[in-house]
Amino acid sequence: MSNQPAVTAAPGPLRSRLPTAGWSHRNLLDLEELSAEEISLILDTAVLCKEATDGCRRKIDVLAGSAVVNLFFENSTRTKTSFSLAARRLGADVIDFSASTSSLSKGESFIDTAKNLEAMGIDAVVVRHATPGTPHLLAGHLDVGVINAGDGPHAHPTQGLLDILSIRERLGDLRGLTVGLVGDIAHSRTARSNLWGLTKLGAKVILCGPPTLVSDRWRELGVEISHDLDAILPRCDVLNLLRIQFERQHTSPFPSVREYAHLYAMNRDRLRRAKPDLVILAPGPINRGVEVTADVADCPQSLILDQVTNGLAVRMAVLWLICGGRQPAVAPAAESRRIV
Amino acid sequence: MLIRGGRVVDPSQGIDRIDDLLIRDGLVVAVGQTGSQPLGKVDETIDAEGLVVTPGLIDMHVHLREPGREEDETIETGTRAALAGGFTSVACIPNTEPPIDTQANVEFIRQKAARADTCNVFVVGCVSRDRAGKELAEIGQLVEAGAVAFSDDGSPVYDAELMRRAFEYCRMFDKPILAHEEVLELSRGGVMHEGLVSLSLGLKGMPAAAEEVMIGRDLALAEVTGGRLHVMHVSTAHGVELIRQAKARGIRVTAEACPHHFTLTDECLRGFDSNFKMSPPLRTAADVEGILAGLADGTIDCIATDHAPHAPEKKLLELDRAPFGILGLETAVGLCVTRLIETGRIDWLRFVAAASQLPAEILGVNRGTLRPGSVADVTLIDPGLKWQVDATRFASKSINSPFDGWTLTGRTVATIVAGRVKYRLQ
Repeated sequence: MSNQPAVTAAPGPLRSRLPTAGWSHRNLLDLEELSAEEISLILDTAVLCKEATDGCRRKIDVLAGSAVVNLFFENSTRTKTSFSLAARRLGADVIDFSASTSSLSKGESFIDTAKNLEAMGIDAVVVRHATPGTPHLLAGHLDVGVINAGDGPHAHPTQGLLDILSIRERLGDLRGLTVGLVGDIAHSRTARSNLWGLTKLGAKVILCGPPTLVSDRWRELGVEISHDLDAILPRCDVLNLLRIQFERQHTSPFPSVREYAHLYAMNRDRLRRAKPDLVILAPGPINRGVEVTADVADCPQSLILDQVTNGLAVRMAVLWLICGGRQPAVAPAAESRRIV
Repeated sequence: MLIRGGRVVDPSQGIDRIDDLLIRDGLVVAVGQTGSQPLGKVDETIDAEGLVVTPGLIDMHVHLREPGREEDETIETGTRAALAGGFTSVACIPNTEPPIDTQANVEFIRQKAARADTCNVFVVGCVSRDRAGKELAEIGQLVEAGAVAFSDDGSPVYDAELMRRAFEYCRMFDKPILAHEEVLELSRGGVMHEGLVSLSLGLKGMPAAAEEVMIGRDLALAEVTGGRLHVMHVSTAHGVELIRQAKARGIRVTAEACPHHFTLTDECLRGFDSNFKMSPPLRTAADVEGILAGLADGTIDCIATDHAPHAPEKKLLELDRAPFGILGLETAVGLCVTRLIETGRIDWLRFVAAASQLPAEILGVNRGTLRPGSVADVTLIDPGLKWQVDATRFASKSINSPFDGWTLTGRTVATIVAGRVKYRLQ
């Protein structure tokens, strides 16, 4: 690792500043299960981590001796790198475990794989999987902390948190802000994690895209939906432009990329009709020319690169809270499955 | 054998009263106070006071998995599970490996069932050769071998013309086609009902329309051919309504509902537990209500479990890799008593009609009644017994039940097949 910093900060003062109270979860599975206070705690911790590591550039050793496994059943470049670097910045050891090189290809079940890793004495598992709920199933079978790094279209809590942190850095308090989530809502875990996190912190969310990607049923949750970006544009303080996930669709949700870009791409012309201080996010990887044109992606209002740095900060915070800051274990209440 | 003092419920004779049931040589002699008639020699007396005595229950939708998937269930273990659940007869669905599409395969099942010497096994044959949906199986040969109905369940009969031919051809034998109703393009990749819950969980949904569109097609084909359609495991309120309208039009259609579809909803998937994954999927509370109403007014003729065993290592997988289906036989009576009778949605007469008399009529088998001279298949149910479901104690080879740990009211205490006690609750 060429970017491993040589200087290690003194652990004492920072450790005493990092929060240990207020966090009682063994796992981070989705934002839906967190309170506004818990979300704010993660964000505040992320700010501390960012400061202590000189903008995520230096290494500290508050998690020295801990071991974190990246258990990725689905391809990922940036999220895996971000989690690895975040863990190393805190001094933890990191093991990467990807499905293609594992015994999964020999037919072992994902639960057996994870239990084997657990038996090696790790402290947390960062898991990505194409199927919603797989981190939740793992959490039910493991004693160590499980951090969801994206489960299909369901949840990507650290992405939601880093988006929110980026907004908060630029615009302050989220209460009263209007955030448009634009694009492939149907297949986007980022959209879902944003939705829960933003609404819990008091922002108003509008889901925008064609009806094939934005279901009317979201209204039943009290969320505004729109199929007309130009109509909602003047009201938005933030736009989060979600990637079209062609790989998750059986049939194309729109006739052509050209037509989609015509209706929904954020371009210079639309930027002119938006609020002057509109903030633009994109979870990446971005399809330049589809969700966002190149000039807008690189304009001052774009937080795309801030998001990447804040991703490190948020993941450091989450790793600290799961591996280092957790209160003495509180037995989780048995989940009730009964219904009707 | 004398079954004394139970509440005898037999809709085929309109009987619901405290009475005795006399059985001799495997046949019902009479329902009636034995005090008033000469009894003759009675070898065994069962005190049924406080129990409900019904014609043996019949589950017309059971996957016994043999041949081919004996790790999930066998004819022996599946029929033992049936007995423990109070079923004296099951109809086994032919999506085995190989599928039941030849006389030899029908004969295999009948011989295995005879050797198991448990409950009656009625064989359902494939509609299409190799269950491939391309050409008709040798339906006449299968009827000669003893098949009572035809189904490609597990899959719909996708080719509409083949389905039309099947309806026409089966008329010759007066056999029903048991139809799994699903438009595959609409449900492709789905793991649960498409709705607010699937949207929140990011899980691929199977819309209600996927089932309803196919029900509509098959109703139209049944009407045009005069064939007999039996809609399996109807799960949506609108599907029930389509069947209600079709019956009013005189279309020869019957239908079944499964206990899980009138007990659970898509909300259960929030824990991502594959024991709540089945096809058709658990729907909404409004659909549950539609099924309950359909059972009450007779639009849905009968109750069937769609007993679908899967070995634990197959079911305990990521939600999209886990197979569809759950166990049904050993929890059905408890769920029906708890969800249908205790709640007042239907009475005992209607329940026994739905779980014994009507399945027998649909399959054309001489069961489902306690008329004098009929085969003495009898189920004894303790209607007030509270018990906790423990999947590890099932007679079935598998444990994939979403009801594990539930407390239910009503349980089978004895199951009698042709005058012989085949199961007794310990």
